[in-house]
Amino acid sequence: MSTMTLLEAANKAMQHEMANDERVVVFGEDVGLKGGVFGTTQGLQNEFGDDRCFDTPLSECGILGTAVGMALYGLRPIAEIQFLDFIYPGFDQIVSEAAKMRYRSGGEYTCPMVIRSPYGGGIRGGHYHSQSSEAYFCHTPGLKVVIPSTPADTKGLLIASIRDEDPVMFLEPKRIYRTAKGEVPDGEHVVPLGKGRVVREGSDCTIVAYGAMVPLVEKAALEAEKQGKSMEIIDPRSLVPLDEELILESVKKTGRCVIVHEAPRTCGYGGEIAAIIAEKAIEYLEGPIARVTGFDTPFPYALENLYMPDVRRVMSGIAKTFNW
Amino acid sequence: MAAPTRKKKKSPGKKSEATASGAQLLSVLNDDGSAVIGGDPGLAKETLLSLYEWMVRTREFDRRMLMLQRQGRIGFYGPILGQEAATVGSVAALDGEDWIFPALREGAAALMRGLPLREAIAQLIGNEMDRCKGRQMPCHYTYKEGHYYGMSSVIGTQISHAVGAAMAAKIRGDKAVIAGYLGDGATSSNDFHAGMNFAGVYRVPLVMICQNNQWAISVPASKQSASETIAIKAEAYGMPSMRVDGNDVLAVYQATRQAAERARRGDGPTFLELVTYRRLGHSSSDDPSKYRDEEEVKAWEKRDPVDRFRRYLSGKKLWNKAKEEALNQDIADEVNAAIKAAEAAGPCAPETLITDVFAEPTEQLREQFAQVEEVNREQTGEFPL
Repeated sequence: MSTMTLLEAANKAMQHEMANDERVVVFGEDVGLKGGVFGTTQGLQNEFGDDRCFDTPLSECGILGTAVGMALYGLRPIAEIQFLDFIYPGFDQIVSEAAKMRYRSGGEYTCPMVIRSPYGGGIRGGHYHSQSSEAYFCHTPGLKVVIPSTPADTKGLLIASIRDEDPVMFLEPKRIYRTAKGEVPDGEHVVPLGKGRVVREGSDCTIVAYGAMVPLVEKAALEAEKQGKSMEIIDPRSLVPLDEELILESVKKTGRCVIVHEAPRTCGYGGEIAAIIAEKAIEYLEGPIARVTGFDTPFPYALENLYMPDVRRVMSGIAKTFNW
Repeated sequence: MAAPTRKKKKSPGKKSEATASGAQLLSVLNDDGSAVIGGDPGLAKETLLSLYEWMVRTREFDRRMLMLQRQGRIGFYGPILGQEAATVGSVAALDGEDWIFPALREGAAALMRGLPLREAIAQLIGNEMDRCKGRQMPCHYTYKEGHYYGMSSVIGTQISHAVGAAMAAKIRGDKAVIAGYLGDGATSSNDFHAGMNFAGVYRVPLVMICQNNQWAISVPASKQSASETIAIKAEAYGMPSMRVDGNDVLAVYQATRQAAERARRGDGPTFLELVTYRRLGHSSSDDPSKYRDEEEVKAWEKRDPVDRFRRYLSGKKLWNKAKEEALNQDIADEVNAAIKAAEAAGPCAPETLITDVFAEPTEQLREQFAQVEEVNREQTGEFPL
């Protein structure tokens, strides 16, 4: 075990897999000598050479399109998109190409590739460095969508994503890149995709949260405890495939659910979780499902704090499941 | 992958070598089938005959498939009449280990790589014999054993895939060359710029082959780009290029061979503009009389690639009427048998609705499928319907 940040854990996962499998290559804007704008790819080019970790021209469309080609040919590309907000020029390559390759070719061609990108707000990044657009990708059949919230999960999930036979969107909560610190197993550490994590056990209400919202709802759970309410926190870790069972079991036990995400509310992933609970566990509910989310606005700069879910809003969401 | 430092090279003097030139057109065959003086590449007799046979097979396949579409036996077809030399000549010039990233009108490449004719027709039908498992519209073949990749319908996206595959081949130190095809319309796409740029920067083993057939559905090449030629665009990406008479199978073969050898030597990508003409509609759903002059089509009929090459072979005493009749009969029999076999195949299994989304269907997919199965059994007592 070593103590490290979430950012360092992402780096260690790539280093581990590059050493483990010579098909793994890492590329993107400024990922080479600079080691990425946040530093996630630091040292990889020095250790593995510039055939395995290299800078690209400034084109998300080119990065993602060539990643598809590399995967088709037999490499295991890890493409970094500097900020999720910049991914849209390459969106077509993700949703029309990578996600459809296995299906459209009847399984002849596959796209085992990882698209890593920092996402989310709370860093004073304004509209173009703050978005949480995970729902677009969850809505695309053929893509897996993974979001870690701890350093250990970051390493384990990223290694699992690199080894996965299908394209994975690996979204890194940049707000907690350096604030999330924790013990991470050395060497081999794999967290399977599609298995959620019980962050905290409780009996009165379930909170479902992922990414940077997990440490936030942990704080809210402590507050709730002071009010005599026992919160259970579930981190699904991968949105696709989703560990429905874990969420449903928890809600059946607690009878209440609050879903927290930074993304805009309308058609956000919280809606999907709420629908699953309504379809499969409505008879267990003792109160309405509550969503605490970002706004249906472009991501604001000056009013970022108002936009982002905070402990106060999570507490209000919890209250709504009890008082209605 | 490091972007190599470029040395200024002396520009090659010979007309037939790739240069970043503008309007010059490489031709080997004159319209009467004679070879331009000093231009005959002197290919072996077997190669010449194989080129011709594939062009005739491609044409007959195309004619019959369009007919099946008109008869309602397949849903859609994208004809290639008049462009046979471009595909046949370029694919024949590649090695078996080389990869092909096709666009809409290179289906014959899959056949040349070994895709059985009946499976190609099954793809057009979309049944259990189809390698795509009935998941794509017609003309979207896939054939991995032959390194023929299954394209999407989005214009231009395959360009970046070809470049990515070429980057991978270079990283792995393989000798494979990647052939990436596109049409004139695709030169306006995002992926054209992105892919060409990456190819130039990393100097990958790639031959980009643009079939400039003058029309992107109803938009003529002149409205697609203000560039004097398509070939000249390559210059901005640090890539040599050549304009080639796309209705001249020997010129196409020769240009592709040179470009592939250059790529295999590690000297980087080449861009070929094959100047040709789409004589029929964009697809079976298109009526070109709405937007273009029949006179233009007639003028190109005179430059028919199959007729030209037949005249060349006849002139060399390699071909005659009896051989022509025998070949036509063989191919007709072959196509008839393949249609029969393909039409005899059963429908796609219902389970294939949810397989191949991922390596293994998710719980959610299994549940969705089970619900549909249950509804159908409840209401009709049957599943599949």
